[in-house]
Amino acid sequence: MAVTEKGADVVVIGLGASGGTAVLPLAEAGLEVVGLEAGPRYSVRDFPADEIRNDIRNWLGRAKVNSEVPTQRTTPASPTTPAIGASRMMNGVGGTSIHWTAQSWRLMPWNFVERSETISRYGASAIPAGSTLTDWPITYEDLEPHYDKVEYLHGVSGKAGNLNGTIDPAGNVFEGPRAREYPLPPLRRSGFTELMDDAAKSLGWHPFAGPAAIRSQEYDGLGACVYHGFCTWHGCHVNAKASTNLSPIPKAEKAGKLKVVENARATEIVVGSDGRVTGVKYIKGNAEHFQPAKAVLVAGYTYENVRLLLLSRSSAFPNGLSNNHGQVGKHYLAHTRAGANGVIPGRRLNRFSGTGSQWTALDDWDSDFFDHSGLGFIGGGTMAATMEAKPIAAARTTPPSLPRWGSAWKAWLKQNAIAVASTSTQINTTPYESNFIDLDPTTKDPHGIPVARVTQELKPMERAAAQFVGEKCRDWLLAAGAAETWLVAPNAAAIQTHAYGGTRMGDDPDEDVTDRWCFSHEVPNLGILGASNFPTSGGRNPTETVMALAWRTADQLVASWSDRTG
Amino acid sequence: MTIEGERSGALSRRSFLRRAGVVGAAAAVPVGVFASEVATAPERERLETFTATEADTVDAMLGRLIPADGSGPGAIEARVLRYVDRALSGDLADSRPAYSAGIAATNAYARSRFGDDFADLTATQQDTVLDEMERSVATGFSPNSRAFFDLLREHALQGMFGDPVHGGNDDFIGWDLIGFYGVKLEVTAAEQQLDVTVVPAHKSVVDYPMFSGARGRSKGHGRH
Repeated sequence: MAVTEKGADVVVIGLGASGGTAVLPLAEAGLEVVGLEAGPRYSVRDFPADEIRNDIRNWLGRAKVNSEVPTQRTTPASPTTPAIGASRMMNGVGGTSIHWTAQSWRLMPWNFVERSETISRYGASAIPAGSTLTDWPITYEDLEPHYDKVEYLHGVSGKAGNLNGTIDPAGNVFEGPRAREYPLPPLRRSGFTELMDDAAKSLGWHPFAGPAAIRSQEYDGLGACVYHGFCTWHGCHVNAKASTNLSPIPKAEKAGKLKVVENARATEIVVGSDGRVTGVKYIKGNAEHFQPAKAVLVAGYTYENVRLLLLSRSSAFPNGLSNNHGQVGKHYLAHTRAGANGVIPGRRLNRFSGTGSQWTALDDWDSDFFDHSGLGFIGGGTMAATMEAKPIAAARTTPPSLPRWGSAWKAWLKQNAIAVASTSTQINTTPYESNFIDLDPTTKDPHGIPVARVTQELKPMERAAAQFVGEKCRDWLLAAGAAETWLVAPNAAAIQTHAYGGTRMGDDPDEDVTDRWCFSHEVPNLGILGASNFPTSGGRNPTETVMALAWRTADQLVASWSDRTG
Repeated sequence: MTIEGERSGALSRRSFLRRAGVVGAAAAVPVGVFASEVATAPERERLETFTATEADTVDAMLGRLIPADGSGPGAIEARVLRYVDRALSGDLADSRPAYSAGIAATNAYARSRFGDDFADLTATQQDTVLDEMERSVATGFSPNSRAFFDLLREHALQGMFGDPVHGGNDDFIGWDLIGFYGVKLEVTAAEQQLDVTVVPAHKSVVDYPMFSGARGRSKGHGRH
């Protein structure tokens, strides 16, 4: 029998980027919060600069995700296989906000209205066949106050390009208007990021120092970046990265309103006779516990949000919680990517150090900032030239014209590894009826619980967009002096950290799992946090939007407390 | 030390001969000569996973994937074998069956192609076998020779260019090859400028005491 814990106002499942953000406004409102986290607490000692431990073996994911990675298949007719490549989600207090690259973006205003703007400018035929593309139920302006809160909570580093409508070419001239400047200046410029800045300008583009949720200076008692070069997939050894375990979680604990339960694996969200949720079952050690609560916020990764809902079956929800309309797992998006590499002969680019968010970025080929007539796609992607080329990754970055081993390969590395420049893009990806998440009928985790299964195929429109922007990445390298260049083929790994949809937010209960506040259409006291709410991916990293949405949901829970929990 | 060492996992006679640059016909060197000269050869530590014969095969394959040549020492000198051997008894244990089968298949193919085990072929013959494995035309592998080739190449990259704490990249041979200066806890603005030559730190993560208490840090696997 489960051990029943003392009742809480709110139980949050997962203390990562989303859950770890939501606990702060809840605690500040005086609510009693319990946070269930599948992993332990880590300290800076656990973050050694070690590419094998972190990038290759994903040591920080060993508490849970490494043994329950979703399976994948391209279509229902194709074979199901284990995930291809590393799935680098992780578990621990702070979650994946511990080891993210921390390229910290607001989505573009256009991303919230892609469908209506596309039809308005290019006609309905510009929406690809099979797409379930929809506008977001909220606009950029709706989310701006919470973007601002997130940036000022952590100390995001950057330069505004649009302050209340006033454009500053030192920042991103394409961004949506922001109420105030970034709290911290951009991270240090390096020789390479300046080289790419100059190259972009020579093409008439609008480069800028990309925004980073890494502190360029000490902020709120937390450390500043030391540029050591082992940042992505690593925790920060000087506490310079915006990780929720460093700021909102300890603040909520200090307020006496947050109880963190480490190494607690949620197994079921329990539903009462009135159709509302009553709490969460979890396993800690060998014991099953039940945590009663007046409201539940599901805050795992996209895959885990969907999985836990589908596993939480009851008489009121026989096909999984909040799934009486059959939408849980639908509208799944795996971020599409592309890029280019090149050798700038004879130059020492010194890209081994820094972070992936010490970078030059540009948005000239994103959103609807260029005419898409006749191009065969909508959207585009932000383009990036970053530091932090770690050594094993650098040894992999060789041209396809070169053998993959032997003396010629080795001599090439000796001569050119230090001269390789890389550029990349993340492509705005839209949902399709045929891309979705469900439970794997055969593969189970070590507890005997089915893992998630992803059915996902890179579609022609996203491939076309990736090819187009990938060629722009190559142009950028050529302008920087590259001789030999080679493209990174358009790709959309089915299982990845940029995973969206599955509990799509929207105003239509027949099509969308959550409402405009990210609460379930079917269960008033169940909120869902994270990128599983996103109707589209945007052409850039999701985490700042994840944090802003989570904060907004928590504020709404406080504002509507008696209605939702009465 | 005698050839008995092969059974305890130490340097085998075959390994010694190859490292000494004598392969094929030169294997007729009298045992007495071998025994008297072995002290000068790079010594293989006690193996954790492979048998001595398996280790000979893998070391020879690694030595052709990343050869010692005009651009410097290669995988054998960087002790990539040690990385693979240790990893297969640790985090990469799931790959152990693939190695057992792949090594046996490699030697069977080498014998069918050139009449001897892989480690006893000439460098040119070894390269031919590896090339045919990479192109998946080598027979006798399951599911195919490319799969084992790719597995070994992936682990070769990890062992050559990963932190020495894991057993490979000995003496920072891999990092020196690509111009990576080693682990630092802080990098200056000057070190991030174009065309600056950063002085090699030649530091592994184990050289920084702040990480010595890291959970999951392997014990007794410090670099040499």
